[in-house]
Amino acid sequence: MTVLLVALGGGLGAILRFLTDLRVRAWRGAAFPWGTLTVNIVGSAILGVLTGWALHGGQPDGVRALLAIGFCGGLTTFSTFGYETLRLFTEKTRARAVLNVGVTMVAGIGAAAAGLLLAAAVWH
Amino acid sequence: MADAASFARPRWDVLAAVGAGGALGSLARYGLSVALPHSPGRFALSTFATNVSGCLLIGVLMALLSATADPHRLLRPFLGVGILGGYTTFSTYATDTLDLVTNGRPFTGLAYASGTVAAALVAVYAGHEITRAVRK
Repeated sequence: MTVLLVALGGGLGAILRFLTDLRVRAWRGAAFPWGTLTVNIVGSAILGVLTGWALHGGQPDGVRALLAIGFCGGLTTFSTFGYETLRLFTEKTRARAVLNVGVTMVAGIGAAAAGLLLAAAVWH
Repeated sequence: MADAASFARPRWDVLAAVGAGGALGSLARYGLSVALPHSPGRFALSTFATNVSGCLLIGVLMALLSATADPHRLLRPFLGVGILGGYTTFSTYATDTLDLVTNGRPFTGLAYASGTVAAALVAVYAGHEITRAVRK
């Protein structure tokens, strides 16, 4: 059952990441990888809430498999973040490459911390 | 990572390829996390290994696709966006980092956060350049 829920959540997360990236690209252009940044921040915030729920309340195993491992893992990506950073670097926009790394790390980990704090307030 | 011009209106088969790939990649990531478990407050070796190996593979994949004259249009959605996107994870990387910090190991957290990014970027570069060199 866990395996099915992980696969289902991962598939849905990947589709949502793909559609979000398309929409953000159409809106902001492709000069900076805003789409990947968006899904990584949103997915980290959601996983922060889910992790806080697991720490402070009784989170069902199915929720962890479907949403935490599956959906949040499928929605966020490290490989595309890495490849887009390499592209920015080799296309002579090195300042953007450095900015992408810094903003992704700070905003992504910050979003997870905000989610964790929110969950701690709800389930304390 | 999708090309806006070619995917402006994704067809159902592209979405199905992304979804199927995302499901398979997530299962591979889950399998590795079960094989390499870590206790709370300890270095998350499985997430680190997943993200670095996924970055190596995306470098290989993109070099192969750009060296191929007319790659099948579902290859990148399935392998790149789907499998490797679903296999790697940023959200678990973020919560792994916080887990180390909140368990009183801020320096390990900093090393994990920056070490993953450094190793992942080296891996994506190495995968891309080695594949290009071999293909020549």
